[in-house]
Formats: sequence, C-alpha cells, structure tokens
Amino acid sequence: MGRPTRGFFGRGRRPAGDRLPPGQYDTGADWPVLSAEVTPRLDTAGWTFTVDGLVERPTTWTWDEIHALAPSSYSGDIHCVTTWSKLDVTFAGVSVDTLLDVARPLPEAHFVLARSHTGYTTNLPLADVTGGKAWVVWDYEGRPLPAEHGGPARLLVPHLYFWKSAKWVSGLALLAEDTPGFWEVNGYHDRGDPWLEQRYQGD
Amino acid sequence: MTEPPRPSRPPTQTGWQAATVVDVRQETASAKTFRLALERPGPFRAGQHYVVRLTAPDGYTASRSYSVASAPDDGGGEIELTVELLEDGEVSGYLHEVVEPGDRLEVRGPVGGWFTWDADTPALLVGGGSGVVPLMSMLRLARMRRREDLIRLVVSVRSPADLYYADELPGPEARVVYSREAPPGESRPPGRLTAEDLLPAPDRRTTTYLCGSAGFVEAAARLLVEVGVPVERIRVERFGPSG
Repeated sequence: MGRPTRGFFGRGRRPAGDRLPPGQYDTGADWPVLSAEVTPRLDTAGWTFTVDGLVERPTTWTWDEIHALAPSSYSGDIHCVTTWSKLDVTFAGVSVDTLLDVARPLPEAHFVLARSHTGYTTNLPLADVTGGKAWVVWDYEGRPLPAEHGGPARLLVPHLYFWKSAKWVSGLALLAEDTPGFWEVNGYHDRGDPWLEQRYQGD
Repeated sequence: MTEPPRPSRPPTQTGWQAATVVDVRQETASAKTFRLALERPGPFRAGQHYVVRLTAPDGYTASRSYSVASAPDDGGGEIELTVELLEDGEVSGYLHEVVEPGDRLEVRGPVGGWFTWDADTPALLVGGGSGVVPLMSMLRLARMRRREDLIRLVVSVRSPADLYYADELPGPEARVVYSREAPPGESRPPGRLTAEDLLPAPDRRTTTYLCGSAGFVEAAARLLVEVGVPVERIRVERFGPSG
C-alpha cells in the first residue's frame, strides 16, 4: 500500500463492496463510451463472424446463421481498465464454446487474437474464452446492442478488463503463440485480470 | 485503425512513482492545470496520459487517467496535467479542492501509444472542450520544434470562458469555434462545429486526432468523413465521465 495522500479520505466506497475489483468504482447507470476509433455503422446483412487459424474447420457465420445457434446470455458485472465497473448487466448472444465446437481447435492452439471490422485486435489465452467464460453478444438488456457499445455484435469476456471484449468483433484466430493486439502493443497487459489489477505490461 | 499494430511496444513506464506538485493554475472556472515534478522523469510522447492515484489512510485508493498538456520538450522532468472538475468526481474533486503546491501525488505513466504525435507527420487536431488537453501537448510540441507547418488545430468550446489555454490560443495554426457564445469581434456566429470549420480538407497523408466527449467525437467524425477524411486516418480519444 502506498503512503496516504494528504487530505484524501475517499468517498468512492459503495455498498457494492467486494464486488468491485481493486481500484474500480461503480459507474451506476452510466456506461462510458471509450474506443480508439470512429464508431462504424455496420449493416447486419453483410455482417460475418469467422473462426480461423489453428482449427480443424475454419468457419464463417452470417448474421442469420449465428442467430440460429444455441442462445446464451451473461448477467453480472463488467470492469473497464479506466477504473469504472458496471454492475448487474445482461448481454445475450452465443457462447464462444458453441462456435469453437463447430470450428474445433487443434491441440496446439493456446491463444486467440480477436479482431474487429474496424481493424482493432486484442489477444487472449484460449482458456479465457472457453468453459462458459466468453460470448459473442448482440443484445444488451433485451435490446439490440448500440453501435457505440460495439453493435451489431461484440465479444464479451466479462472476467477480464473490458478492452478484451472487442467491439464490432469480426472473428477469432486461434494461435499457438500469444500475439499482442492493439492496446497490448500500446502498453496494456496481455491478460488483463481486474482482480489482479493487470492493467499495464509488467503488472 | 486498419494499420497493423506496430511490431514493437513503445516504452511505457509502468511503476508508480511520487510526483511533487510544483504549480497549480486555474484554466477556467472548472479546469485546473497541475505541474508535477516527477521523482523518476522519463520521456513521453505528445498525446499520452498519466494515471494519478490517491490513497486514503485506510489503504482505499482511487485512480484516474489524465492527458499531459505540456510538450515533451518542456523539460526539467516536469509534466502538466489539466483536470476538469466533474460533478461528484472523487479524484477531480480532491485535486481541485485540496491539492496545493508542495503536495505529493502518486503517478504512473506515460500510458498510451496510439493517440500520439511526434512532430514529424502532418496532423489535423480536432478537440471539443476538455478534449483539447492532449492536442495542446501536440500543438506546443509543434511550436517548440518550429513545425507549425505540419499541424492545424480546431477546438470547439461553448463560450470564451470555457476555453483552456486562452493565452496561447488561437494562432495561425489554431482555430477556436464557439458553439453558444462568441467573443466580441468574432465573425463566425456561435453554433456547433460544421464541416466548413474543418476546411481545408486534410490530404491523405494527414492523421486526424479527434478528442472530446463521446457525443462530440461522433458528431465531429461525421463532419470529417463529410469533408473527405478516410475513417482509417482518424485516431480517437474519448473523454469519459471517469471522475
């Protein structure tokens, strides 16, 4: 623990208590928009999602095809590296497990690089997007996911900082080696566990 | 943003360090600039930010990111952060109401390697309100390096009272647009940023740096596209309500 800052006592403690990872505050009803690019307007008619790289069957789904898969949803909290957390949110879409069941990762695949229709990328260990921990979502609180929050569809990996939940996601490449994505090249952590405060490289 | 990530990671100083407040200046009624002397000074790039962390006696901490407003060449191991006072802002409120020269804060940085400019490529800077802060670091760098030819700044504010760095703006390469109330003698009537305010349209070699609230960024991005700026030539920093 650092030494106390003169005259600072903190008023951010909330009843949320131990639901907030260290250094996070509850943003309440707000949902800040943070992204490094202009919000794209993507037409669902031409939208696709692809799983490729080290898989037996590289597969591309259209908007209608991905909606025909078994639905799955997440209700819980999300945590942004800029220190806000948002509690009790619900997203719906499809589990990444369902997509990987079709594409079948090869044994040497240990990492994924998620990519977006904008060119954004982010890297994750394969183990962080399997076992019911990650989704491709298009629905937020029962409504279509707004474009500024990544709609028509984004990746959702809620147990990691939210920059891993790539907005406007277009696919996952399965890889043998970890390959830093956009923010990771720019100094952010390769894994990004909010409970371990893995914000920046070296944390 | 379709450019592939750079192969090497830019230097990022990740450890926390002490910083001593050496000066506090009021920019506007709701913005102050804090000049900090770093215990372990290091290089940074115009557009990067630092994280400020406050620690309560019981170990509770709160941290927020603030863009550097001073230029990298403004040496002496000191940086300037301009902080907007946010309603209910836990950190901005403390910085505004309590901090005075001589105080010590904990900081970490520099952070961010995308929204950066090194005074060697053409750049159009578009800022809304407090979004001018990282752009000011770029403008100051350009002026120090005598590379004003590379840069053009358009900043939109509500009224003259809301303009940060008023004594350094405007200039031949910096234009101020007033949305609600213009100063006496201003020929442009007050109004929201328009496509015309962004002309002449930048060429394809120019990178546009766009910074402000989410609403400003979306509106300005539409105008930039309207005047022919390719979306992939726009780099965005959105200032969120992060206290």
